[in-house]
Amino acid sequence: MARIDRIAEPWGTRTPYGPGEDWPVRVDTFLEEGITPRDVDRWVPTASILHSNGDGMDIAVKDGRMVGVRGAAGDRINRGRLDPKDLYAWQAGASPDRLTRPLVRRNGTLVETDWDTAMDAVVRRSRELLDEQGSGAFGFYTSGQLFLEEYYTLTTIARAGIGTSHLDGNTRLCTATAAAALKESFGCDGQPGTYADIDHADVIALFGHNVAATQTVLWMRMLDRLAGPDPPRVICVDPRSTPVARMAAVHLAPRPGTNVALMNGLLHEIISAGRIDRDYVDAHAVGYEELERRVREYPPGRVAEICDVPEELIRRAAGLLGGAERLVSTVLQGFYQSHQATAAAVQVNNLHLIRGMLGSPGCGVLQMNGQPTAQNTRECGADGDLPGFRNWANDDHVADLARIWNVEPERIPHHAPPTHAMQIFRFAEQGSVRLLWISGTNPAVSMPDLARIRSVLAQERLFLVVQDIFPTETTELADVVLPAAAWGEKTGTFTNTDRTVHLSEKAVEPPGEARPDLEIFLDYAGRMGFTGRDGTPLVGWTGPESAFRAWQECSRGRPCDYTGLSYERLRAAGGVQWPCDRDHPDGTERLYSGGRFWAAPEYCESFGRDLVTGAPVEEVEYRSLNPSGKAVIRSAGYLPPHEAPDELRPFHLITGRTVHHFHTRTKTARAPQLRDAAPEVWVEMSAADAEAHDMREGDLAEVSSPRGVVHATVRVTGIRSGVLFLPFHYGYWDLPEGAARTRAANELTITDWDPASKQPLFKTGVATLRLLERGGGPSSADRAGEAGPARSRTAMAHEEPR
Amino acid sequence: MNGIGLALRGLHHGERALAQDLLRVSERHTGDHEIHHVARDLSAWSQRHVRELAEIGGRYGARLGTAHPLETGLGAKLRGKGGELVGHRGPPGMPLLHDLRHVHVQAAGVSLDWEMIAQAARGNRDTALLRLVERCHPDTLRQMRWANAHLKQLSAQVLHG
Ligand code: SF4
Repeated sequence: MARIDRIAEPWGTRTPYGPGEDWPVRVDTFLEEGITPRDVDRWVPTASILHSNGDGMDIAVKDGRMVGVRGAAGDRINRGRLDPKDLYAWQAGASPDRLTRPLVRRNGTLVETDWDTAMDAVVRRSRELLDEQGSGAFGFYTSGQLFLEEYYTLTTIARAGIGTSHLDGNTRLCTATAAAALKESFGCDGQPGTYADIDHADVIALFGHNVAATQTVLWMRMLDRLAGPDPPRVICVDPRSTPVARMAAVHLAPRPGTNVALMNGLLHEIISAGRIDRDYVDAHAVGYEELERRVREYPPGRVAEICDVPEELIRRAAGLLGGAERLVSTVLQGFYQSHQATAAAVQVNNLHLIRGMLGSPGCGVLQMNGQPTAQNTRECGADGDLPGFRNWANDDHVADLARIWNVEPERIPHHAPPTHAMQIFRFAEQGSVRLLWISGTNPAVSMPDLARIRSVLAQERLFLVVQDIFPTETTELADVVLPAAAWGEKTGTFTNTDRTVHLSEKAVEPPGEARPDLEIFLDYAGRMGFTGRDGTPLVGWTGPESAFRAWQECSRGRPCDYTGLSYERLRAAGGVQWPCDRDHPDGTERLYSGGRFWAAPEYCESFGRDLVTGAPVEEVEYRSLNPSGKAVIRSAGYLPPHEAPDELRPFHLITGRTVHHFHTRTKTARAPQLRDAAPEVWVEMSAADAEAHDMREGDLAEVSSPRGVVHATVRVTGIRSGVLFLPFHYGYWDLPEGAARTRAANELTITDWDPASKQPLFKTGVATLRLLERGGGPSSADRAGEAGPARSRTAMAHEEPR
Repeated sequence: MNGIGLALRGLHHGERALAQDLLRVSERHTGDHEIHHVARDLSAWSQRHVRELAEIGGRYGARLGTAHPLETGLGAKLRGKGGELVGHRGPPGMPLLHDLRHVHVQAAGVSLDWEMIAQAARGNRDTALLRLVERCHPDTLRQMRWANAHLKQLSAQVLHG
């Protein structure tokens, strides 16, 4: 068993393997100092909640406390490996500053109270608003951190209890484009491919996906293939020189905001070279002719100019994509949070459609999730869709849902698409949403244009309920704070990007009076007395397992069919991929084999949206476009971004995640190893830009945009010149009181979103830069993605290849 | 100028007005960010139509100018958080509904003009003109659907809120 510092070496040691072989097992373990595996009382199965990979793992419990974690050797996702965040961040659960009692605002300050008082306050305000204004006064903004059972309960309450369409998840910031792109192309959400496709691929293309930082275990799988015989070739699209870029056969670093032009250029080359599967396209897709016409306008020469990428590299990338026999593509925030997000992501689907590479080993698209339980917000309808991937524009689907909920169809709002997060905040800003209930997320740091968000949340007329595990920048502004139980302190299921469902079991008791989110929602439903048609309770379940069973019924016959699963089954089998039903008792590894799609007008989840205007496609249009339910090839031209650098603000600003932190660091900064690995915000710039602005590594710079300023330490990296990068995890809760608000990247980001997916654009804005203070040279922290990483004595973990 | 020339002049006028309306809507609703950004993109479509119409108009004796730039800065009044028109009564969001309605009606007129031109081009077997219609008219329909979709999305909240 090797001991290894996994802060310094986030991906651990290699276990090489060849194409078509099974990925070898390597079990990663981290236990509190002084604890050995022999001391552990029990190992409680769960899965990772700090990124979307969905790695199976066990929590070590001793004397009723968490004392460590270990990867699950038999799990199909990770085969025992763990991400650094998973290795260390569980320690945060035991922090002394957990929220342990409900708080209510009295004379301007939050004071402790009991559950009855807090819930009464919420219920009283709810009743008042229902009487005064009706359901439109309510907004719910949830997380990518809760469990399936909790989202389903929340959806039932919001959509059928209150009857509002203002319910979304912060997965909107993160993964909305993945869902939108899948719906555009395949008529339905849900990943076509599977992580196991990495074992077979001969070309892996990563579009705006710094997998080395965001899903380290998936990157370990890729690294192990790269270290083995007959390795795949990697294509990387990213303006930063990431670890992925450094392993790539071709690295394209386009100018931010030009992804659609780049994708059209690649498709142009592939089509002109005739490297398409014409039979597949004719048999299984509609819309090809228009794509062909559209991409004709994007010869590599023109694209090279728009994207500022050498023409030769575009040709080489297209050559690799066109020559691949088993192509896996993944897409993430570099596309999703950038200009024309959905249009760009859809072109990746198109690439696979025209090459006929879907549904067989090594041929997969992974429109990745960022949030670990994002998939569940989408399935359960806690984001912009109805539960079970039902189509809000299809009256039969609404009627079916009404039957399941035992309410009149009119009770479920479906006069327009469900309201997305940015619009919910707008309604709150204008005063028509008057009660906003936020669960498990921290918009006061994670949303764009923070000065605006703070002013929306701080409004007197808005009744703000915040449910979370720690005090945050958002709880500070709340009228009622509800202390929630964290992962490991409650039971439920959740589903990762490749549709693998895991059961996560309660390992320890929550601190103080903190309660599972499910219990809080059930309590509210009970107090509000929501009923169905015959007067029986609307929410008829009482705990996780009965909530899961209710959900199974809701999923029956839909793409995400869970009816073949049960807690018992998941306990025995570990992760299982949906659909899992009578016809697929062992789950389903790949969707759409043989070109069979779920896009029939009667069955599809969505008729799609116009990629530029965002207007929903009407049913009649969809029927005439796609009567027999084939895949839909949607094309789009390039449009210049809405904000472009000029003399005043010469830089593109992009923001993103890092390997050591998650979300707004509420958990990761409370784990000493992760906190020390990257304690402070920094700004990345190219050597040329640093020189032009007379800046050196370690200097303190002020980055500013029309929205605000951030003070950050300079790092000189291989990023494209003219582009600045800021990590977006840093907020204010761990700063001394009264410290300046100059730390969160979102002070600077623009309020603009993709019209089709409604995902905010964190990677299309402008900034300028000036020197504040000379610094002390290179920082040692968090260089995992770069050179010379920090060493951490307390981060020694065990790795055991088997 | 023959009938086609006259119709082209009408269309040119309508497209220019639509381009101007969309720009104004963008400027008036800076607090409704999607409206603000997308209306500007959609205005650019009509501005392109105006140029293309001017190029072809001469063949039908219609001298269609492109010289007058669109006016900007007209809509700034509605800036600000609530997006309330000074002195305006009624729920916030009302002016936006009103503007979207106007865009829809304006675009519908332009769409009908394109229909007429298409028919004339077919009758005349003027393939260049027909291709122009095929390039531009779908944009007009998308502009309409955009306004319509936002009206649908916002009406319940604004009128009931
Ligand atoms: S912090 Fe990461 S996981 Fe959370 S919403 Fe943003 S991108 Fe998604």
